[in-house]
Amino acid sequence: MFNALQSWLSVFMWDWLAIFITLSVQMMVVIIPVMVAVAFLTLAERKVIGFMQVRMGPNRVGPYGILQPFADALKLIMKEIVRPHQSNLYLFIAAPVLALAPVIAAWAVIPFDEGVVVSDINVGVLYVLAVSSIVVYGVIIAGWASNSKYAFLGALRASAQKVSYEIAMGFALVTVLMVAGSMNLTEIVHGQQGGIWNWYWIPLLPMFAVYFISGLAETNRTPFDVVEGEAEIVAGFHVEYSSMGFGVFMLAEYGMMVLISFMTAIMFMGGWYSPFENIPLLDPLTAWIPGFFWLFLKVAFLLFCFIWFRATFPRYRYDQLMRLGWKVLIPLTIVWVFVVGILHYFQVGPWFN
Amino acid sequence: MIAFLKHQVKTFGLIELFKGLAVTGKYFFKKKITVRYPEEKTPLSPRFRGHHALRRYANGEERCIACKLCEAVCPANAITIEAEQRDDGTRRTTRYDIDMFKCIYCGFCEEACPVDAIVETRVFEYEFHERGENIVTKEKLLAFGDKHEAQIAADRAADAKYR
Repeated sequence: MFNALQSWLSVFMWDWLAIFITLSVQMMVVIIPVMVAVAFLTLAERKVIGFMQVRMGPNRVGPYGILQPFADALKLIMKEIVRPHQSNLYLFIAAPVLALAPVIAAWAVIPFDEGVVVSDINVGVLYVLAVSSIVVYGVIIAGWASNSKYAFLGALRASAQKVSYEIAMGFALVTVLMVAGSMNLTEIVHGQQGGIWNWYWIPLLPMFAVYFISGLAETNRTPFDVVEGEAEIVAGFHVEYSSMGFGVFMLAEYGMMVLISFMTAIMFMGGWYSPFENIPLLDPLTAWIPGFFWLFLKVAFLLFCFIWFRATFPRYRYDQLMRLGWKVLIPLTIVWVFVVGILHYFQVGPWFN
Repeated sequence: MIAFLKHQVKTFGLIELFKGLAVTGKYFFKKKITVRYPEEKTPLSPRFRGHHALRRYANGEERCIACKLCEAVCPANAITIEAEQRDDGTRRTTRYDIDMFKCIYCGFCEEACPVDAIVETRVFEYEFHERGENIVTKEKLLAFGDKHEAQIAADRAADAKYR
């Protein structure tokens, strides 16, 4: 479809301009729904947590509070931008951008359906890992540029935590790559074709858990949100940000949540494949449902889990968090890499042959 | 050894975490207890202590005899009373002010009153727009009592058997 647009455009203008416009349209087609999803994720979070606390959550703005995210965004935009005394202006402004940009950039390689991907590159997994770890620079710079002790402490915590959990996350992904035999996200999904028992979450169940737990830590979500720790360091690295600076950090955090959910769905839960494949009665009945619907359903479930965990678990203490990362998750993942290697070497079925 | 294995299974199986999730998951589907205030309201007791009012007898005579017991008992010193003898020889107030900012809505004035003149009503939705409006004068209190007399009388009747 975009190729048709490009060739149609190149009739009127230079080729490079046609390519540029086509790419811009492609990016917009991905980014705008992501931003809308992020906006409604904030509402969903407040609603779900409210429901779990036997109250209703926001319900004043529009029917069932459906317009709440727009009210919040409007409020944030109208607020005054406050710059802390003697802070570094350029870094102070660059930090939110640095936090948000990688989150958006990572969407380039996420496949939404068979062939529906902005750029189908062979190192998709590496690209997502590399780009999403840049987010931590935004956090560190925000903490440093704020010229505030609390922000700085939050930034230090964030950097240590993210670096620690990225290792466990990387190893968990290594097992997926070993089973799939490819770094191309589309190929990884193709490897999971054929019903719910062919998805990688069964042979790699511990890694699925580890990846999701690391994902919680990467996005600074409860129970790993010591970065923000209201009780000790007020709000962590973004205490000094007001107005849309704060809003952009929020966008980055929730965008990262959606990204991690997509990655989990693609890596472990069969991407856009229906769970009913190869089931006699259900498969023909559900065959008409498009693939991206299944992917969105899985992502919605994972995002619900993010919020569910937040409503359930208390926050880890910082040393407990580090212990879990280094002494539990990393050894576990390394062991499982060997287990998968051995299973793979001896062609143990039904998943490794 | 068995205990050790049991512990490991419990830890790595995340058993306790799933128990916690089950609890919050259960509450997710429970009926919500939120009262959407301006549209819905909680039931009020007949003993509810809201805005004050001065009552009258059925013949229109004001009940208050200026005994000043309420003024004496008021822990916040919110009530100011001045009294004089009226032309017909009875003792009546010339001034009865309640400072709503000082008032703590304890209901002592109501309890102290020998003639059930000063009462606290169910009305709790009122506001002041200008400085000075917080001091509610005798005229306002009497007018308030006239306005809500039916409700006040019903509340006293409902509570009478417990007094």
